[in-house]
Amino acid sequence: MIERDLVIVGAGPAGMAAAISAYESGVRDILLLERDQYLGGILNQCIHTGFGLSYFKKNLTGPEYAHRFIEKIQAIDNIEVRLKSFAVKLTKEKELTFIKPGELKEIKAKALIMATGARERTREMIHIPGDRPSGIFSAGLAQKLINIEGLLPGEEVVIVGSGDIGLIMARRFILEGAKVKAVIEIQKQSRGLARNVVQCLEDFKIPFYLSHKVARIYGKKRVEKVDVVEVDEDLKAIQGSDFSLECDTILISAGLISENELLESAGIKAGNISIPGLFVCGNAYKIYDLADSVSRDALLAGKQAAEYLKGLG
Amino acid sequence: MNKDLICIECPRSCVLKVCIESCRVVKVEGEKCPKGKDYAVSEVENPRRIFTSTVSSRGLVLKMIPVRTDKPIPKDRVLEAAGEIRKIKLDRPVKVGEVITANLLGLGVNVIATRDCV
Repeated sequence: MIERDLVIVGAGPAGMAAAISAYESGVRDILLLERDQYLGGILNQCIHTGFGLSYFKKNLTGPEYAHRFIEKIQAIDNIEVRLKSFAVKLTKEKELTFIKPGELKEIKAKALIMATGARERTREMIHIPGDRPSGIFSAGLAQKLINIEGLLPGEEVVIVGSGDIGLIMARRFILEGAKVKAVIEIQKQSRGLARNVVQCLEDFKIPFYLSHKVARIYGKKRVEKVDVVEVDEDLKAIQGSDFSLECDTILISAGLISENELLESAGIKAGNISIPGLFVCGNAYKIYDLADSVSRDALLAGKQAAEYLKGLG
Repeated sequence: MNKDLICIECPRSCVLKVCIESCRVVKVEGEKCPKGKDYAVSEVENPRRIFTSTVSSRGLVLKMIPVRTDKPIPKDRVLEAAGEIRKIKLDRPVKVGEVITANLLGLGVNVIATRDCV
């Protein structure tokens, strides 16, 4: 089995920053694995601005933020980038299996950084009763369909939850000519940033229902309508406050969960890693509000991995 | 007249106390950086937004190329800008920062690519 000094899984804002930081801290053999065919991860579909304000002191879009890291990585010969490479198995000995088209590879990492990002909460996780028609998307999936694939998932949209991606997507649907009927948030306050409530909802007069929840989804083949109801302090439905909204599409924007399936499959707890030379950073470690914070977290991981490797001699 | 605005310049989302007299900002409080005051004046007197979207391509490696305006445009022209952008079919490779449409809607701003597509 081939042994590499440092292997990094994931080339989003965390993995790219970790790779650069590890190189700058002296690591000279770095393998960066990315399952997509491009570097950048989710940044590529985040076409809105708001990135880089703290890291670069500039207001950049996601792809522009990614571009700055990509240019740096491509200029460093010691970082080997492998695209379309999907890590499928990990052991406690830091042996990693990944697949790429036509190939299955096994490598042993002296140091390993997991920068696998996050997944979105689904309808099932927030328990919305009713039918199970087509037309229900997570906000990030809708973002990918529109911004990467050029496909508009629907015409009349209700957004469940007020996470930042949901707010951003409310505006995005409007700009693509769709209607956004409402954003429904069960809590008293927006889950996403206030600036996104202003520039994504208020700018386009999109109705924003706080302390409300979707009580039921209706639809035979495609989503047809939802029932919405106001909730009290204990998040219980208030009798008689319900109303219906017709729509063909529902977006779920109810937050992110760290993606740590590989660690778990190896019997490693993501919150308490006691394996020397194994590091977790970015959204895989904890959910950050900003990509800038993800990258800063990853700089530390890169540096620590470098220190660990120096210690091995 | 006093008005509360939420600054959208950065994620801190400062609440600005803005004092307005005959459509002009005369006083701003609550900002944690100099951008807050500029935002308040602009938002009251001439609200503007950086516009971002995608353009579709023909025969390029990316189906969609993300774009932005190089300067903010008037808020009330954003929907019109979106309609204009949807008409574009890009058929030449572009680099980050390259102009895709010059002088969008006669507003004196350019639409630029935010991702390499070569």
